[in-house]
Amino acid sequence: MNDAVLKADNLQTYIGHHHILQGISFEARADAVTVLIGRNGAGKSTTLKTLMGLLPPSEGVIVYNGMNIQGKRPYEIARMGIGYVPEDMGIFADLTVEENFKVAKLKEDEATAGRLDRILELFGALGKFWHAPAGNLSGGQKQMLAIGRAMVNNISLLLIDEPSKGLAPIIVEALIEAINQIKEECVVVLVEQNFYMASAVGDYFHILDDGRIVHSGRMEALVDDEELKSRYLGISKSKS
Amino acid sequence: MTETILKRWDNELVIAGIAVLLLLPLFGMPPKTYLTLTIAGLAMGMLLFLVASGVSIILGLMDVLNFAHGALFAWGAYVGFSTFKLLEKWVQADSVLLNFGAFAAAIICAMTVVAVLGMVLERVIVRRVYGNHLFQILITFGATIVLVEMIRVIWGPNDDVMSVPLTFQGNWDVFDVIIDRYRIICILIGALVFGAVQLILKKTKLGLIVRAGVENRDMVQAMGHNIFLLFTGVFAVGAGLAALGGLAMSIFSLQVYPDMGSTYLLFAFIVVIIGGLGSVTGSLVGALIVGLSYNYVAYLVPWAAAGVNIIIMIIILLIRPKGLFTAGK
Ligand SMILES: Nc1ncnc2c1ncn2[C@@H]1O[C@H](COP(=O)(O)OP(=O)(O)OP(=O)(O)O)[C@@H](O)[C@H]1O
Ligand SMILES: [Mg+2]
Repeated sequence: MNDAVLKADNLQTYIGHHHILQGISFEARADAVTVLIGRNGAGKSTTLKTLMGLLPPSEGVIVYNGMNIQGKRPYEIARMGIGYVPEDMGIFADLTVEENFKVAKLKEDEATAGRLDRILELFGALGKFWHAPAGNLSGGQKQMLAIGRAMVNNISLLLIDEPSKGLAPIIVEALIEAINQIKEECVVVLVEQNFYMASAVGDYFHILDDGRIVHSGRMEALVDDEELKSRYLGISKSKS
Repeated sequence: MTETILKRWDNELVIAGIAVLLLLPLFGMPPKTYLTLTIAGLAMGMLLFLVASGVSIILGLMDVLNFAHGALFAWGAYVGFSTFKLLEKWVQADSVLLNFGAFAAAIICAMTVVAVLGMVLERVIVRRVYGNHLFQILITFGATIVLVEMIRVIWGPNDDVMSVPLTFQGNWDVFDVIIDRYRIICILIGALVFGAVQLILKKTKLGLIVRAGVENRDMVQAMGHNIFLLFTGVFAVGAGLAALGGLAMSIFSLQVYPDMGSTYLLFAFIVVIIGGLGSVTGSLVGALIVGLSYNYVAYLVPWAAAGVNIIIMIIILLIRPKGLFTAGK
């Protein structure tokens, strides 16, 4: 099954009077990680918020698993099986790690408990700080909590916004490993500025600039395209 | 190291500091007077807490400035007033059981009617102005006028004397300290409500979702929770607590009048600002500070009583711009 799990067509999103997304179209294929890249302010986060229903688009179509989801409320979209990890991680700092998971869980069944076990296996630190306020976690642990929390329900699509932001290289390494495992369970759409991470997990890329997609393709092609990388990503020399 | 200890004991230190400050008036008056004033202050504080906690959670979770809270408070008092009228025999009876029966009936009626009123208010009016504080102030102010006029139409424009169940009247004399019975009942009600709200917020899933929503509304929605349903529910609970506050206050002050909400609304906003938006514990601590200092100062320096809470509010905001407690606690 290689059809698109998610298909965005001509998304136009305004924030106040600012026309931020000016026609975003892309697909996220099953069995693949799709990476959205582009410089600061390009509209990557806005794209994810639009998909999630947090910033309803004024125009455009979003099809997820064959259903039109644009115009639906965020909670309806979440209940259809889309998990979301925002750029600021959206941790509930006053709640403990356990309570963060409790809020996230939509069901209390065996399947959910099984998924939680696997998440705690994947992110061991979370179990260690199970009863600690989530606000006390380190940056990397918070990121793990944000991702783990989003995966505790039966989701088929996970949207992650810049997970490597502000993390030490060794933790980025761990995140890459985690995402490579996560992609076995659900389709991942990743926003990532860190090209090392983007190329390590991504299969397809879309480059955003000024609210539009200016280039798309397979990740291997981008790794070799010095010109494209220096123009849109500010990478001068390839680092392999 | 000291910094982490300070951080860990942050809230405990705040409470200890406040407790010490509140002991200071002891130097200016006989201990017995101090005790009497303290009980009066605690009772007033608990009543304010009932009003302020609703304002605080609604502001913290929904980011809505609800000026109609004062009118809901008055409605609670009037529904209680009518319930007492209906159950006049129980209210006047020389029986603790019947007295409390009348009180319980008044509480249930007032809270139910006003909670429904609150739900209608949220659905019909407040929902249209989410995210816009100016419109919220204007529209809830408008709702206040309508609600107060409705009181005038239904119950008449004049003050009425609130009847007081027989058991609640009079004093206890404990070692020569005069203790007003009803004040103790108010303190107990406040403590019970605080305990119940804390239990719900800390131990139930719904409570956790509310606390999470106070921190980050968008994230709670993105996790599949219908935040609008939650808003309506919280608004209803806040309205119910305001009604309880109004009822309890009217018994305390022995009267009901259509405009009674506005005075207490001002106090409630001061309490919320002192305690920190969205924090129930903050509302309790803030309300007790306001209630106690008002009573001490009214005794020591009567002309300053009205202003003291504003001064306290300014001092606390200078030290802690976000209020004593952070949201969600
Ligand atoms: N609340 C807002 N009000 C006005 N403009 C906004 C708002 N949020 C975002 N923008 C603008 O929208 C544009 C896209 O922002 P967005 O956050 O989607 O960028 P991004 O690609 O995620 O950038 P970054 O890499 O810095 O996270 C930016 O120009 C930003 O200034
Ligand atoms: Mg971004």
